[in-house]
Amino acid sequence: MKVLVCVKQTFDTEAKIELKDGKISEAGINLIINPYDEVAVEGGIQLKEKKIADEVVVVAAGSDKAMDAIRTALAMGADRGILVKQDSAADEYARAVALAAVIKEENPELVLAGHVAADDGSSQVPTRVAEILGFPHVNVITNLELADGKAVCTSEADGGTQVTEVSLPAVVSSQVSWNEPRYPSMKGIMQAKKKPVSTVDAVAAENKVAIVEVGLPPAKTAGIKLEEEPDVAAVKLADWMKNTVKVEVK
Amino acid sequence: MAGTWIFVEQRDGNIRKVTFEMLSEAKKFGDEVSAVVFGKGVEGLAPEFAKYGADKVYVADADVFKDYNTGAYVAQMVAMINEYSPNAVLFAHTFNGRDFASRLAQKLEAGLATDAIAAEISAGKGVFTRAIYAGKALSKVEVTSSPVFGTIRAGVWEVVEGAGAGEVVKPAIAATDADVYQILKDFTPTVSARPDLTEADVVVSGGRGCKGPEGIKMVEDLADLLGGAVGGSRASIDSGWLGHELQVGQTGKVVNPNLYIACGISGAIQHLAGMSSSKFIAAVNTDTEAPIFNVSDFGVVADMFKVVPILLEELKK
Ligand SMILES: Cc1cc2nc3c(=O)[nH]c(=O)nc-3n(C[C@H](O)[C@H](O)[C@H](O)COP(=O)(O)OP(=O)(O)OC[C@H]3O[C@@H](n4cnc5c(N)ncnc54)[C@H](O)[C@@H]3O)c2cc1C
Ligand SMILES: Nc1ncnc2c1ncn2[C@@H]1O[C@H](COP(=O)(O)O)[C@@H](O)[C@H]1O
Repeated sequence: MKVLVCVKQTFDTEAKIELKDGKISEAGINLIINPYDEVAVEGGIQLKEKKIADEVVVVAAGSDKAMDAIRTALAMGADRGILVKQDSAADEYARAVALAAVIKEENPELVLAGHVAADDGSSQVPTRVAEILGFPHVNVITNLELADGKAVCTSEADGGTQVTEVSLPAVVSSQVSWNEPRYPSMKGIMQAKKKPVSTVDAVAAENKVAIVEVGLPPAKTAGIKLEEEPDVAAVKLADWMKNTVKVEVK
Repeated sequence: MAGTWIFVEQRDGNIRKVTFEMLSEAKKFGDEVSAVVFGKGVEGLAPEFAKYGADKVYVADADVFKDYNTGAYVAQMVAMINEYSPNAVLFAHTFNGRDFASRLAQKLEAGLATDAIAAEISAGKGVFTRAIYAGKALSKVEVTSSPVFGTIRAGVWEVVEGAGAGEVVKPAIAATDADVYQILKDFTPTVSARPDLTEADVVVSGGRGCKGPEGIKMVEDLADLLGGAVGGSRASIDSGWLGHELQVGQTGKVVNPNLYIACGISGAIQHLAGMSSSKFIAAVNTDTEAPIFNVSDFGVVADMFKVVPILLEELKK
């Protein structure tokens, strides 16, 4: 079966955020594959190793820079890449429309994605893609079993663990605890250079949300910091908890 | 237009607190506020919403709604939106809430602002504040389609009681079994006597500095004394001291308690992403340079194995 993985190029999670002309500055920022998407790529490759999948295709929407995310996925072991060229101002709706158009064309049996993008992630894109394609979607998965045209997914839900069954084709979005993504090997990196990558233009779609303003959170005022003997400090901390925070002791 | 709708997040009749937070805040928009509840045998919940100001309670009660399922819930909500034309519909940014809202928004080819920490809604216009880049930036977005859709982070709004009429409205049931395309095979609740991480007033978290189960036990004792939840950094989760569901941070849960206590946690940016918006933050760490102190209201530079036992005794006094 064909597995397609949606990968987004995002800021390194350590990146220091600065504003330039009212926008988040990309200058000097190290770009990485969204950590959740890396897990999805790994999941796809493992399906191929288990001979459940025969092809793993990665798709990224964005600028030419997103090509790095595709190359990383190819170096990990994916077979083929598609870059969907799209303006970075595209919102979740427009991105989902663009991705779904390409996915429809590819006609995979399984679409993998991350459950949220680590940058301005919305946790919307995979669900929207599923709706456009008319596929079921299961979110935040930590395990996936495929058999008899069905996907049985274990998800981290609120307040517990949920097991959901859906028919294929389906969209499944990963939680990081699903697996441990491999590092691309030297050989993998070399091979990735020869793997096919095609580029298509995003289908046009109008945004449904408009950014009014981007700002930095208010700086936190420095708090109390005690460098005293532990017993003295502990008593002061208890006082603060009782009198300032007003905790209730059970 | 039928004001603001708050979709009720519940499982087996247990309502998540964020529902009341949203009802309370929506009263400030100055428009009619309604709770919308889907389920089986849920009509009896209606007075709960009136207590927090709901003018109306829309109850869609049918077997097909017993457990959350995307297909049937979306079909029902689409029909109700067409029938009653709300200005805005808000959901909790939970596992089910974000699934529901995203699928609904796409079905209606509409916009959606997710994981909002503030909202201004008036006259059918909706502007939401979102914490992006792991909380390192704030983005204000306007949803330009109608109705306005948003999902709201738990814990950002106060619960305020305020009597509402709570008039029960029973919309026509517009979903059938044919709309269900996910089968819920199993749900295993996390067995814990402690409150849910994302709902707790107090969260006590342990990191690598706990060094093992003994340190974690101190964290748990402190949480229990305060009726709080236990959380952890990725280091303590990866070490197997705590379950995955207790990870706080960018790849874990985002928590917003009144008090967050970090024990033996350095305060890596990915951890701060999950807790820096807590109202009060206390930290115990041996390293005076630990970045956790940059966001702490009360920091103690000391060995947690010495501080926490005394703290427990002091609090009990
Ligand atoms: C993509 C990505 C996502 C990530 N997501 C998350 C996430 O969601 N959540 C998360 O937490 N991390 C996350 N991380 C990991 C994060 O970068 C840190 O590695 C992690 O938070 C460190 O955990 P820690 O503070 O417990 O351990 P450390 O950084 O090792 O800190 C331990 C601290 O304990 C202190 N200490 C030692 N002994 C004592 C003592 N006796 N008493 C008091 N203090 C003591 C030390 O001074 C030190 O500051 C992520 C990383 C990446 C790359
Ligand atoms: N521009 C994009 N290109 C490819 N995949 C994307 C893109 N944006 C989002 N996704 C996928 O959707 C997931 C969730 O993203 P988001 O909905 O933006 O939080 C990501 O982890 C990706 O798998």
